[in-house]
Amino acid sequence: MLQVGLTHFLVIGAILFSLGIYGIITRKNAVMVLMGVELILNAANINFVAFSRYGNFGLNGQIAALFVIVLAAAEAAIALAIVLNIYKTYSNVNVDEISNLKE
Amino acid sequence: MAGFPILSLVTFLPVLGMIIIMFLKKEQALTIKYTTLLITGIQLVVAVVMLLNFNYNAQGVFQQSSFQFIEKFRWIQVPGVSWLGTVKIDYFLGVDGISMPMILLTAIVSFIATLSSWNIEKSIKGYFALFLLLDTGMMGVFVSLDFFLFYIFWELMLLPMYFLIGIWGGPRKEYAAIKFFIYTLFGSVFMLLVMIGLYFSAFETLADGTKVHTFNLLAMMDPSNFSANGILSPFNPSNLRFIAYIALFVGFAIKIPMFPFHTWLPDAHVEAPTPISVILAGVLLKMGTYGILRISYPIFPDITKQLMWWIALFGMINILYGAFVALAQKDFKKLIAYSSVSHMGYVLLGMASLTTAGISGAVFQMFNHGTITAMLFLIVGVIYDRAHTRGLDEFGGLAVQMPIYAGFVTVAFFAAIGLPSMSGFVSEALVFVGSFSVEGIRVLSILSSLGILLGAGYMLWTLQRVYLGKLNEKWANLKDLDVREYLMFVPLSIIVIFLGVYPSGMLNIMTTSVNTLVNLVNNGFAKVLF
Amino acid sequence: MTESLLITLSIVTLFLPLLGFAVVVLTGKKFSKMYLFEMLIISATLLISLTIAFFKLSYYPHDIVASLDWFKFSNVPGIGTLNFEIGVKIDNLTALMLIVVNLISFLVHLFSIEYMHGDPRYNRYFSYLGIFTFSMLGIVLTHNLLMMYIFWELVGLSSYLLIGFWFEKKSASDASKKAFIVNRVGDIGMFAGILILFTNYHTFTFDKIFEQISMGHLPFNSPAWLTAAGILVFMGAVGKSAQFPLHVWLPDAMEGPTPVSALIHAATMVAAGVYLVVRIFAMLTADAMTVIAIIGAVTSFIAATIALTQNDIKKVLAYSTVSQLGYMIMALGVGAYSFAFFHLVTHAFFKACLFLGSGSVIHAMHHEQDIRNMGGLRKKLPITYYTFLISTLAISGIPFTSGFLSKDGILAGTLTFGKLTGYWFIPALGFLVALLTAFYMFRLVILTFHGEPRDHHKYDHAHESPFVMAAPLVILATLSIFIWYTPNPVGADQGWFLSKWVKTPHTVVPQNQRFNFMKTEEKTAAAETSEPALHEAEAPVHGEITHSEMYTEAMHASHYPAMFLSIAMAGLGILFAFLIYQWKKISADMLEEKLRPLHKFSLNKWYIDELYDATWIAGTLAFSKMLYWIDSVIIDGAVNGAATVTRFVSRLSGLFDTFVVDGFVNFTAFLSGFIGLNFKKLQTGKVQTYVIFVVFAIIIIMLVFKPY
Repeated sequence: MLQVGLTHFLVIGAILFSLGIYGIITRKNAVMVLMGVELILNAANINFVAFSRYGNFGLNGQIAALFVIVLAAAEAAIALAIVLNIYKTYSNVNVDEISNLKE
Repeated sequence: MAGFPILSLVTFLPVLGMIIIMFLKKEQALTIKYTTLLITGIQLVVAVVMLLNFNYNAQGVFQQSSFQFIEKFRWIQVPGVSWLGTVKIDYFLGVDGISMPMILLTAIVSFIATLSSWNIEKSIKGYFALFLLLDTGMMGVFVSLDFFLFYIFWELMLLPMYFLIGIWGGPRKEYAAIKFFIYTLFGSVFMLLVMIGLYFSAFETLADGTKVHTFNLLAMMDPSNFSANGILSPFNPSNLRFIAYIALFVGFAIKIPMFPFHTWLPDAHVEAPTPISVILAGVLLKMGTYGILRISYPIFPDITKQLMWWIALFGMINILYGAFVALAQKDFKKLIAYSSVSHMGYVLLGMASLTTAGISGAVFQMFNHGTITAMLFLIVGVIYDRAHTRGLDEFGGLAVQMPIYAGFVTVAFFAAIGLPSMSGFVSEALVFVGSFSVEGIRVLSILSSLGILLGAGYMLWTLQRVYLGKLNEKWANLKDLDVREYLMFVPLSIIVIFLGVYPSGMLNIMTTSVNTLVNLVNNGFAKVLF
Repeated sequence: MTESLLITLSIVTLFLPLLGFAVVVLTGKKFSKMYLFEMLIISATLLISLTIAFFKLSYYPHDIVASLDWFKFSNVPGIGTLNFEIGVKIDNLTALMLIVVNLISFLVHLFSIEYMHGDPRYNRYFSYLGIFTFSMLGIVLTHNLLMMYIFWELVGLSSYLLIGFWFEKKSASDASKKAFIVNRVGDIGMFAGILILFTNYHTFTFDKIFEQISMGHLPFNSPAWLTAAGILVFMGAVGKSAQFPLHVWLPDAMEGPTPVSALIHAATMVAAGVYLVVRIFAMLTADAMTVIAIIGAVTSFIAATIALTQNDIKKVLAYSTVSQLGYMIMALGVGAYSFAFFHLVTHAFFKACLFLGSGSVIHAMHHEQDIRNMGGLRKKLPITYYTFLISTLAISGIPFTSGFLSKDGILAGTLTFGKLTGYWFIPALGFLVALLTAFYMFRLVILTFHGEPRDHHKYDHAHESPFVMAAPLVILATLSIFIWYTPNPVGADQGWFLSKWVKTPHTVVPQNQRFNFMKTEEKTAAAETSEPALHEAEAPVHGEITHSEMYTEAMHASHYPAMFLSIAMAGLGILFAFLIYQWKKISADMLEEKLRPLHKFSLNKWYIDELYDATWIAGTLAFSKMLYWIDSVIIDGAVNGAATVTRFVSRLSGLFDTFVVDGFVNFTAFLSGFIGLNFKKLQTGKVQTYVIFVVFAIIIIMLVFKPY
């Protein structure tokens, strides 16, 4: 019988993380990029919780995951606000076009 | 007379004149000229007043108490500069029997050169201002008894000379001026090194008993003022003193100019305007030999004795070499320049003998060469002004066209040849009497006497080519001397003949000091004597 | 006449001509009659000199000396006081020379008034005569070598001025230059000799030097140096008295006006050399005297052979002067001191007469000097002819003339010398020259005055000279007669000139260095006994005898042989001259043809001038050119080369500075810029790119550092 262990959680976290990275790198839409970021954050959350469950850390991992969820919410709110402003300025949310940071 | 700063007066009077000229307008050419003439005239009068008050029995040379017209006070004093200790430089002027003739010479030659500058036309104001500055530089060299001060005057004179040749000179003036400047500066560097070396070796005891390093020349002549391990101390067994002597000698030799350092002279003379040639030959060359007598001899008597044969050898080379090369010249001024090389050789030869007759002859020859060569350059100047050429072969028969001029030419040429009854004879004869009496350099002395023959050769040949023979019709409109030129030649001729007939007039001034110097050098140091 | 007055007068007579010179040279241009002032001066000088000479010769047997310090050095280390004395000494020689110099000078002045008439620099000419007289008197009056040298050079100057008086002519200015420079050669030797003496004795005065030598103090303690000093001082005489090898200037000096030739280049200045040797005679060693005798003999022979073929009247006389001066020098060398001085005096008069006579001829012929264009002038110029003839007889050594007396004495002296030392070639040359002299002098007389005129145009215009020119000739010719010097026409020994006035000085040379027939001053008996070793060879003779008895006897023995032989020689010479030129028994052209090489050799003056031109002069000039080349190319080249090298090095260091030092700085900047530029491209401004970098960076870090 397949025993679900730490490894499984970590593999799922890694897959989620990779998907997040992939989303960030490949998507042109800023909102999609933000969604990639959310995926990465959640991959981290899974790792936190998994280590909390299987590691000798007590509830520290759970608390960190809660913090991340709160931060992710705040981050999403600020990021969406920025995206909105970008859209107002450039009428566009394509990250390729917005390379003013270069200068 | 005591207390009156007559030496400062005679030295800095020209600077005063220079300041006055600065305030005059460019257009006031005549005023500028007369101011200069007045200043040099006063300077001459002051020099004569000095001569009248001169004590003929004071020794000088190394004894401060027997120097005359002394002015000495602290000039620069910086207490305790880290490892340097107290830096103290004196303003120290004084005159003895060796410098007195030079002061007279400077005053006379400057005055005559002012007269000869009358027809300078280009930027008169600048010319005369520089001229007066030059005068101060020359005079300062002959009166200072502090090495630092000496060096300052020595360098001070370079600057106006550079511009006087470089601006008012002939076609290759820039080349000549730069050559002169750099060559002399090259020598000065050596002098500077030796000066600093001596400074760090010698001490002077102040009134409060502390010992400080000093630039005082007289203090450097006393071996008790040297610390045993000072780099140029006579007690130091290393041969640094020997090297220092040669370095210092090279510095002076360039000025004399001694073979093989003489090649700046013909160029400088040929390019310089007449009055500057007069000053250059009349006074500047003497600074070299004067420096040797004033500084090298008494400070390094030990080395001087070792090297006297070499000094005499170079004297002989100068005499013969200068004469031979003069014989080959086609340019009048260049010929006179090389004759200067030859005549300064007699000074070296006389000095090398380390005898009273020889050194008196040398100092007297310095004076005589100053007056005679000044005349010779004025003579060249007179025809150059009129004919604008100096080629010896382009003239002929000028004695018919310009009889008065030819009369002065005869006087000057025969004086240069060393005809008895002219001053040059006495000094040359004394040089030979002195050098012949020293066994070591007797042969050199005899060989040098060939210079008398060669001198007659090139001088008479020149006389013949330029003044005798048929008048070259090209010059049939040349005018004889005017009053101003007359005034330049008459005093010089009188001096030359007067000192030829009555040499005591000059020799008595220097005898006591020369004897002291001879004693000093032959017996080692002053301390040995007293 | 006290001694001090004599001294004062002698100083006055010395400086009067200088005053004449100064006044005339300064005012001569303004006032055309200034020459009269010079005439006045020379007359006064002559009168004073005659007075001095008269009183000296008559009343003062001893020498009168006065001196003062010209300049001195006191307290000289190692020596004490060093005096440079000048002073006047009047002895018999001085007195006689005063007469000779001033008399001839006066007569030449007189002669010149007419001869130089119309010259544009007439006054200048007389002023030059003044300075010459001054300088010559200085030589005569001095008592020391320094003053001798000073006036020696001053006569050189006046000679220079007068030879080159017509300086528009190149030949004249060449000749004056040559005279001065050739004389300088001798003067250098003289000066070196003086230096030897002064270095050792600290005095220039003759008597003091002699005193020290006689006390046994030799220069540098070596007799060789004494010989050297004698010969070196004698070199001055070689120059001034135109002795071989420095005789070349005198014939050229004939470019000067003829009266000048008479005064300076025949009678007085050239005799100064002889006078100098006379003055230093006492210190001459045997070696020095031999050298002097040989040089004198050789000179007289060379000059006589050259004179045989010259065609310029003045050139013939010039070479005869050289030859006669050689005689005098030779006489001094062989020890015939008094005859040398005697010949100096007699020669001065008859040679001055000959020169002035030639001047008279030249004046009459309108400056024609070539004797081939003369002839037959006897009738036109009787006074000139007879005075010239008398002088010619005198120079040829015919009895009853002054020349016979002095020449005969010299020849007797050479014979004696030959007998005593074995140098027989010196008397041989002496007699040969006597023959040659008679021959060429009569050739000159015959070609000039006898026979038919060869240039009729000039002959027709010739005229006898006026009184001021004739009078000096007559006076000088009269002085060429024996009666002035001795009552005995065949022997001068007993005459007042030789027995009273001129006495050979005692030699001061140590015994082993002098000829054994010369004697020193005898010591007193006491001194002699105290130093017997030094003087044992000498007989204790007192009084005026200065040669040993051996010498006196030999001189007596040679007196008559010398006399007859010399008359025979002179007669033979005259005979040949008449045979060839007067009677034309022997063709001159044929002789010339047969002896062509010898004739050319003589005509070209032994090629000595050419030799000197080719060796000394060309050599000196070439050497000087070479040195100048070295000077401008090598020595100055080294200086300029140093400058060039410095400039090159500075350019190199400039390049180094620009490319290496500054290059490094710039490279750093460039590098940063380059890196920046390239890395800038990484900064795309796209967040996604950055993320890729971050990811890859993490991966690389993981792989490299393996933190797990």
